[in-house]
Amino acid sequence: MKKRCLSLLLLAGLLCAVLSGCGDSSTAETPESRAAANTIVVGIAQDLDNSLDPHKTVKAGTREVMFNVFEGLMKPTPEGDLTPAIASDYQVSEDRLTYTFTLRDGVKFHNGDTVTAEDAVYSIQRCAAATETGIVPVEAFSNITDIQAPDASTVVITLAQPDNEFLSYMTTAVLPADYDQQDTDPVGTGPFKFVSRAAQDSIVLKKFDEYWGTPAQLDQVTFKIIENADSLLMSLQSGAIDLCAHLTSTQVAQLGEDFDVAEGTMNLVQALYLNNAVAPFDNELVRQALCYAIDKKNILDLAFDGYGSLIGSSMYPAFGKYFDESLTDYYPHDTEKAKELLAQAGYPDGFSMTITVPSNYKPHMDTAQVLVQQLAEVGITAEIQAVEWESWVSDAYTNRQFQSTVVGVDASNMTARALLERFTSTADNNFINYSNADYDALFAQAQATADDAEQTALYKEMEKNLTEHAANVYIQDLADLVAVRKGLEGVTFYPIYVLDLSGIHYTA
Amino acid sequence: MKYAAKRIAMLLFTMVIVSLLAFVAFDVISGDPATAMLGTQATPERVAELRAELGLDRPLLVRYGEWLLGFFTGNLGISYSYHQPVWELIAPKVGVTLCLSLLSFVLIAVISVPLGVRSATRRSQGILSGAETLFNQLCMAVPPFFTAILLTFCFSTVLRWFVHGSFPGLGSDFFGSLRYLLFAAVSIAIPRIAMTVRMLRSTIADELGKDYVRTAISRGNDRSGVLRRHVLKNSLVPVVTFLAQTMAEIVAGSIVVEQAFAIPGLGRMLVASIGSRDYPVVQAIIVILAFWVVLAGTVADLINQRIDPRLRLGGGAS
Repeated sequence: MKKRCLSLLLLAGLLCAVLSGCGDSSTAETPESRAAANTIVVGIAQDLDNSLDPHKTVKAGTREVMFNVFEGLMKPTPEGDLTPAIASDYQVSEDRLTYTFTLRDGVKFHNGDTVTAEDAVYSIQRCAAATETGIVPVEAFSNITDIQAPDASTVVITLAQPDNEFLSYMTTAVLPADYDQQDTDPVGTGPFKFVSRAAQDSIVLKKFDEYWGTPAQLDQVTFKIIENADSLLMSLQSGAIDLCAHLTSTQVAQLGEDFDVAEGTMNLVQALYLNNAVAPFDNELVRQALCYAIDKKNILDLAFDGYGSLIGSSMYPAFGKYFDESLTDYYPHDTEKAKELLAQAGYPDGFSMTITVPSNYKPHMDTAQVLVQQLAEVGITAEIQAVEWESWVSDAYTNRQFQSTVVGVDASNMTARALLERFTSTADNNFINYSNADYDALFAQAQATADDAEQTALYKEMEKNLTEHAANVYIQDLADLVAVRKGLEGVTFYPIYVLDLSGIHYTA
Repeated sequence: MKYAAKRIAMLLFTMVIVSLLAFVAFDVISGDPATAMLGTQATPERVAELRAELGLDRPLLVRYGEWLLGFFTGNLGISYSYHQPVWELIAPKVGVTLCLSLLSFVLIAVISVPLGVRSATRRSQGILSGAETLFNQLCMAVPPFFTAILLTFCFSTVLRWFVHGSFPGLGSDFFGSLRYLLFAAVSIAIPRIAMTVRMLRSTIADELGKDYVRTAISRGNDRSGVLRRHVLKNSLVPVVTFLAQTMAEIVAGSIVVEQAFAIPGLGRMLVASIGSRDYPVVQAIIVILAFWVVLAGTVADLINQRIDPRLRLGGGAS
């Protein structure tokens, strides 16, 4: 008996020694060792589980990471403007139909080849034609009648109709014309080059030494995929990751003192989207009643610890130029008014409704829960139907089989059009079935006008139209909380969903 | 020999059935890889086009036949999501999940067998026995994901024995990886250990009450000798079967625990591929896991036969 006890004790001791001892001196990574090597590990909740070809990317999470790898002739700035990237300069003709881009000298692809006008022509044509399966067609490119490369550093594009926003589509990534491995081994011109991807594990980017502009300050960035929220938080605390965006206010509160928190916006239009073709939401009075019934401020306080920016239409504040602040309080919280409108619409005792929510998005689930309570106050019985994201996309979004849903809609590029065109009655992606003749006319006018100020005014009119007719119950643009390990700085926020790594650096 | 051939045929048959079931299941549930891949950019034409390119517009049995043929010729297909050969994607993960399962299994076997024997032969009395049962129940009830959070808090956040979220990878640091996996294995093992102990205790206690034991002891054999030579051997058959079933539970548990510990294994990959409807990957992983589980069952049967020759199939005596 004594012998057995002794051997058990020895075994336990050995186990402890193995656990605590070995490996400590080996390759175990620490924040300190990464600082010394000038690398960081970034935690992301979504894998880049699709083609890495930028022309095929539909997932915002993939675009966010690959923003560091690809560039177009132009690229977006944090202020929401455009700046020449691969092009050094451009001219627009008097009639606004011809764009002439001059390429920057000696811009290199990550594979060492020099970017030529031919590559730019190839890239734009590839997106315009979209003949290869999987390529996301750029609608605005159907306006191109001719695209030429008169010499190795000039690209001339001719349009059928003037388009004030055409330049913003020139952020389309320029890819080498004679390269066919973009799906798995992408090559671009950005400050970081792609090194490797391990499914459901990590993505590695390395500094591109021959970058034409301000070089990246970090030597290497590893994206670690951790989809479990608890695990993500523990990885921050344990020192496995240095930077993580899109955290919730609850997570931020648990971070501890090793981290600074940078606050930006997610650049999403979060709303209770209403299917305007389905009863009772085909009735404008009902939609307006819902707008009055909802207390947006209360949602932020209850579900987001007060973080977030309130909105009143399909536009978020980061788009300073197009954002109309007066619309935010168009429908003040007023339960009496809501009941009155419901009675007028023929629902004096309220009704029952279903809110479809993609269950993997916690902020939307939390919002829906508060909505259910607020709607109950005016006699509406709302029920949450949690669905998988894939089912949401196919049933609610593509087939428009839903009554109401809480999601965030983002802009695929930096134009007001990207947010507003979807509500024109004929748009493919008009998933709420909004149909308003005035709105369609305003959009047509905005597209036809030459003057930028006039166009901006028209876009604001469109936003107002959405608010007045209560197309949806607009709530907020979610706060983007980024945890950054102390000693690191340089996080920049953009009005689009990207994570720019080029400015991030160690302070010491 | 004939028996082994029979078992291998059974194994193959089971795997074919499992893969067919998986195929059919994904045909029935809602969601479609083409829509999943195109996301919010899906239009009916583009979905139809992509479905045609992926070959999803053909009948189920044709697709299954093709997959089966590919499988037996070593071609698992190309992942819809990653555009990479499936085997290339999952090969590094097979090793990780294998190590995790084996570690958990070893922990269960090494800890529960001596504990079970001890608790059956040296019954504690009164309050101690109550405490033992309570502790056992508690261990059984605690779900692995909760143990995972607890272990991480104790050993990563406080003691810093491992860095949660930085699994080094079997290729780059084998022992470091094993160390990381050990914590995950513990959280899988705890409830199974409790169950195995309880099972062993009741089996051995039953056996100890039998006539032959009384006879053997009354003939003057010493107690521990009888226990070792007769009782243990006779109690082993149900325990080995139970441990084989445990293998299936471990595989299921690893899916949860891999997520909780951020381990890049097959379980996480399986969940993600089901979400994105990446059929080729799902199929491959399901077949691998099925193989693993069925293999454990087969090995258990073979061991049991050595212990108890009566179990041999077609061996006359039944």
